[in-house]
Amino acid sequence: MSLTSADISRIANLARLELSPAEGERMLARINGFFDLVEQMRAVDTTGVEPLSHPTMAAACGAAALRLRADVASEPNQREANQQSAPAVERGLFLVPKVIE
Amino acid sequence: MSAPKLVQGYEVVIGFETHAQLSTQSKIFSRAPTAFGAEPNTQACAVDLALPGTLPVMNVGAVERAIRLGVALNSRIALRSIFARKNYFYPDLPKGYQISQYEIPVVQGGEVSFYLGDEKKTVRLVRAHLEEDAGKSLHEDFIGQSGIDLNRAGTPLLEIVTEPDIRSSEEAVAYAKELHKIVTWIGICDGNMQEGSFRCDANVSVRKPGQPLGTRREIKNLNSFKFMQQAIDYEVRWQIEQLEDGHAIQQATVLFDTDTGETRAMRTKEDAADYRYFPDPDLPPLVIAADWIERVKGEMPELPRAAAARFVGDFGLSEYDATMMTQSKSTMIYFQEVIGQNPPIQPKIAANWIMGEVSRRLNAAEIGIEKAPVGPAQLATLIRRIGDGTISNNAARQVFDVLWSGEGSDVDAVIEAKGLKQMNDSGALEKIIDEVIAANPDNVAQFKAGKDKAFNALVGQVMKASKGKANPQQVNDLLRAKLS
Amino acid sequence: MTSTNNDLHQLSVAELARQLREKKVSAVETAQHFLGRMAAHQDLAAYLAVNEEATLAQARAADAAIAAGTAGALAGVPIAHKDIFVTKDFPSTAGSKMLAGYRSPFDATVVSRLAQAGAVTLGKLSCDEFAMGSANESVAVPAVGHSAPTAARNPWDKQRVAGGSSGGSAAAVAARLAPAASGTDTGGSIRQPASFCGITGIKPTYGRASRYGMIAYASSLDQAGPMARSAEDCALLLSAMCGPDLDRDSTSLDVPAEDFSRTLSDKLDGLRIGIPKEFFGAGLAADVRAAIDTALKAYEKLGARLVEISLPHTELAIPVYYIIAPAEASSNLSRFDGVKFGHRTKDYTDLLEMYKKTRAEGFGDEVKRRIMVGTYVLSHGYYDAYYLQAQKIRKLIADDFQQAFRSCDVIAGPVAPSVAWTLGDKSDDPVAAYLADIYTLPGSLAGLPGMSLPVGFGANRMPVGLQLIGNYLQEARLLNAAHRYQQVTDFHLRTPGGY
Repeated sequence: MSLTSADISRIANLARLELSPAEGERMLARINGFFDLVEQMRAVDTTGVEPLSHPTMAAACGAAALRLRADVASEPNQREANQQSAPAVERGLFLVPKVIE
Repeated sequence: MSAPKLVQGYEVVIGFETHAQLSTQSKIFSRAPTAFGAEPNTQACAVDLALPGTLPVMNVGAVERAIRLGVALNSRIALRSIFARKNYFYPDLPKGYQISQYEIPVVQGGEVSFYLGDEKKTVRLVRAHLEEDAGKSLHEDFIGQSGIDLNRAGTPLLEIVTEPDIRSSEEAVAYAKELHKIVTWIGICDGNMQEGSFRCDANVSVRKPGQPLGTRREIKNLNSFKFMQQAIDYEVRWQIEQLEDGHAIQQATVLFDTDTGETRAMRTKEDAADYRYFPDPDLPPLVIAADWIERVKGEMPELPRAAAARFVGDFGLSEYDATMMTQSKSTMIYFQEVIGQNPPIQPKIAANWIMGEVSRRLNAAEIGIEKAPVGPAQLATLIRRIGDGTISNNAARQVFDVLWSGEGSDVDAVIEAKGLKQMNDSGALEKIIDEVIAANPDNVAQFKAGKDKAFNALVGQVMKASKGKANPQQVNDLLRAKLS
Repeated sequence: MTSTNNDLHQLSVAELARQLREKKVSAVETAQHFLGRMAAHQDLAAYLAVNEEATLAQARAADAAIAAGTAGALAGVPIAHKDIFVTKDFPSTAGSKMLAGYRSPFDATVVSRLAQAGAVTLGKLSCDEFAMGSANESVAVPAVGHSAPTAARNPWDKQRVAGGSSGGSAAAVAARLAPAASGTDTGGSIRQPASFCGITGIKPTYGRASRYGMIAYASSLDQAGPMARSAEDCALLLSAMCGPDLDRDSTSLDVPAEDFSRTLSDKLDGLRIGIPKEFFGAGLAADVRAAIDTALKAYEKLGARLVEISLPHTELAIPVYYIIAPAEASSNLSRFDGVKFGHRTKDYTDLLEMYKKTRAEGFGDEVKRRIMVGTYVLSHGYYDAYYLQAQKIRKLIADDFQQAFRSCDVIAGPVAPSVAWTLGDKSDDPVAAYLADIYTLPGSLAGLPGMSLPVGFGANRMPVGLQLIGNYLQEARLLNAAHRYQQVTDFHLRTPGGY
């Protein structure tokens, strides 16, 4: 299978990436080139195979189950340090173009 | 179950999604505090802000509360559930995805039962899953911009989802109230709707009876029971109008405008449908041991429905009264303390007082029953004094006022001080009655001529002369005896 | 003293640590020595950030600790960090315009663990943007002394790539601009550049080193590890880097910290080395194969036994990795939206435009490609066919290894099909670059420890690395096997001309 320009613009929008038509075309070619590589994978019969989402579950050495921490609030207020690299802040709030609901 | 009541020939179908903020100290995946109302972004730590390099670590308190809900609602608790990422861009969502549960939620199935009038209703649950809350966008006081406060980001939520079992706005509100009662009763949520601790979304559709489900519209953020009913009623009328005018309903998310009393469609995110859920690689599966569930079961308090059933069975209260006596845990405790006094108080009478005088004043003062100035022991004594004829109901209300205002605290002392004791000494009473008969020959004549009004007038005169202390029943009996 | 000082940069971490402890040399003069070399060799474009003040302050603290006798194992030893680790004292960019000048309010766990051991930070090292690449050519911020972004150079031939994504780390260690460096490996990003630059590097079992403070690329694959000249040095550093981080990383393994040096010198008699036939197919360049074969013979001399094994799903590791890693990346990189930190576009009229322009300007081509692929394979209607299918084959790949480890103790083979290629060779053909990851991807997908050690030279006198893969938590055994080899060879001591 191969993608169309329509797929590219749909995905670009989902991913919030602005692509010029030219970039879109280049992207399409590159991605289709990659998906040719993927076809062999789709052919493999994996019926009954458990997907492996955490390698350490295969490792069976500790992190197979989620660790739970005690319910303790210990983080101090570090607003200043946390906002030092923020593009736009006013009165402690992050500023963004108006959010319309 | 009786046939659903129709609106203009349409059946109303409602399903609920409720977001209950869990009453933990710290956030679900970080150690930042969850307290409400702090300065903007002072309770948003590096993890909550999704600063580069940060990772989530799960809060045991949130899991414990999920188990508690599942046990309370007879749900299955998944021994292994999965956290997934729900991907979408929004300024109040710092990571660009919300950690939630998708394919395998922690709480599965279950039901909520309640009474609508005298009819028992049961709403089935689909699931309840753990997830993190988002931050807040503040639109005021920034021209053309919004301010983002991420203090709320990462607050633990249980999203509780029902089947579309609800058939009217009244039933919807009753369900929401029952669920609210349960989550606060078992102590997993503070239930503060003003602060957004308990937020309801209603999926509303209408159909002709027997037809397949209609297209639903979701009313978001119904944060008061009053508006909940208004919003659903408006939405139902609106949908029926549309259909009657031959328009199809478009699936949409709507908000209820409390000023206009109307619902309006939110600006739709055109790609909202594609959240690209996938298991969160930062969080291994949540595994809950069976003995943990057993422990929670063992610690589970008697639930409101069970207590109400007991009050009906053991005390002969009506379903309505029993529900009122279990509308909150503190109400139940108060009620049980009143009737538990020695000698015991008749439950029905105690219930009447709590539903009457007590709750009227609580509502006026906007306080909870646990803060009532008149305690269970005082109320019990007061009720006992009516029972043994020491005071009349009217006098009792006066005593109650004094106790409530704090002017007095000992029931009998107040009765004495205010001189509210009923005159039970028949000698003195007969004397008054004789005087009244002598002084009112006309009324006596009219009574003998068969006019009951005249008799009442005489009773009134006697009560007046006794300054209200006479026992009305006794007055009646003596007067009739003397006049016959 | 002066005589030693002139070749301080030739000392191993172990030797340097010893001389520092014995006060033969001070942490400050050691730091100054390396800062001088870094300034003299900026043409390698290895460093993205330096901060002499911070470095010297750390060095003075180390000298004080040594004087007070409270020094840790690495007291005063200078190291540099891949710029994928966040640091308080240096900017943290992940090689991306998106984070140009970004300051983290905290240090990555790996960084603070090494600091606790007494290590002194020289600076931040170049890497592919968000660690996505195998040639360091996608770095999008300028290196120290450069005005425009440029790939770290291979000290053995400056016209060739250093490899990636930890290219700066490999170049700096090979050129003796740091005794050792941290790196991260998602699909081979420690092993391949180590191989290309003729140094030693190890990626431990997934979960051994905390990911807290590592700017995430692919969460289920990312793993930190040391890059140095010898296995002995890697063992020292790995011991300091690893250990449970239960409060910060839910995927951190709850296994006690280890001294990975303890079995370095054990004999290899009877060690069964598995040779996966799939690693020696047509794609393997002859010069690389020759060097590998020679190394394997040396291992037989050391008492090891070679056994042929099969990893049947090896080829599938490429599509599986390039589905899973981009899928996770597309989600991990959503936080870069111009709201809380990092780049925000200058001109926008509404929120949607701010998002799209900010991300279009902040991310480079390869990052955008992987975000697009990842978004696509997770999108509605494609999840099962791509992402889920990939996770299932990932299981088959992991099972292949467990099957193989029934008949061998470690697995050996090439790290990459060829030696380092010329700058620009593969930059216009991403798929060709993906194919070159074939030998490192299977171990990454399984979460197994793997390392690269220099075992000779191929065409144009470019270094060749041997890959050793062990079973879960078998790092000590890998380091032992590598160390014994390095006791009888000197490839790990060779210094590129001019350094």
